[in-house]
Amino acid sequence: MRWIWIDKFLEFKSGQYAVALKNVTLAEEHLHDHFPGFPIMPECLMIEAMAQTGGILVGEARNFAEKVILAKIKKAVFYHYVCPGDTITLHARIESIAPEAASIEGEIKRGDQRIAQISLMFSHIDKNLAGKQFPEENFVFTDMFHSLLTGFVERPTEPAL
Amino acid sequence: MAMSRDEIFEKVKDVLVDALGLDDDDVTEDATLMGDLGAESIDFLDIVFRLEKAFNIKVPREELFPAEAVMNNPEYVSGGKVTAKGLAELRARMPHTDLSNFEKDPDVNKIADLFTVGAVVNFIESKISA
Repeated sequence: MRWIWIDKFLEFKSGQYAVALKNVTLAEEHLHDHFPGFPIMPECLMIEAMAQTGGILVGEARNFAEKVILAKIKKAVFYHYVCPGDTITLHARIESIAPEAASIEGEIKRGDQRIAQISLMFSHIDKNLAGKQFPEENFVFTDMFHSLLTGFVERPTEPAL
Repeated sequence: MAMSRDEIFEKVKDVLVDALGLDDDDVTEDATLMGDLGAESIDFLDIVFRLEKAFNIKVPREELFPAEAVMNNPEYVSGGKVTAKGLAELRARMPHTDLSNFEKDPDVNKIADLFTVGAVVNFIESKISA
């Protein structure tokens, strides 16, 4: 199952940087257990949000031709809790991109306050893993992901029949 | 001014410490990247990216770590050993690496041991003096 863990993009500069936004709400059921009476956003899900922001940035840079997967968490430092009602912004910048992989540097903020620094590496899996075969279709970037970029990136429209 | 070998080693060490989460003492000239320092395939790309940044050079991955291309070619590997042709290819592709020990027993599983910290320093040295 693919799921989307960011709400929208605020900025998107192809091949360079992106800023995404996520609202955190108590309607997210995992917050009831993490922790009872003290709901805070799990750090692993902050990493997921950055992986989606950076992954879309990296995927778009190659026009979504590659299947981009998270390969390595280079750095993850957390400075503050994130609570229900908070709005966080995810700032990702491409540091390096090559045919096989890419790396991004990222920062999560709440307003001007730094919440976390997260740097990630992504693999273009068709170009790695020594010839292992993956399905033809791009199962990483589904239409739901594309819809997040509406208004930021020109997408070819289907010709009228 | 050209960098000395020691200066290059120190910078390579910083890159490896950051990329692989090591202590300074772990990184010696003879340490193998995979066996001793625990690097996995994605780490090689991470290391390449970091070396490019640290030394402001272009590092084609297949130049620094050409083993994959050799190991995946049936002409170069037979019965778990690297063939004479494969060895010639490795020599041509890895001028920065000492292959003399490996040639005595060219077990394909030992290819990983060729990638030492010293070999990376040699490679960078040849790149920035070129």
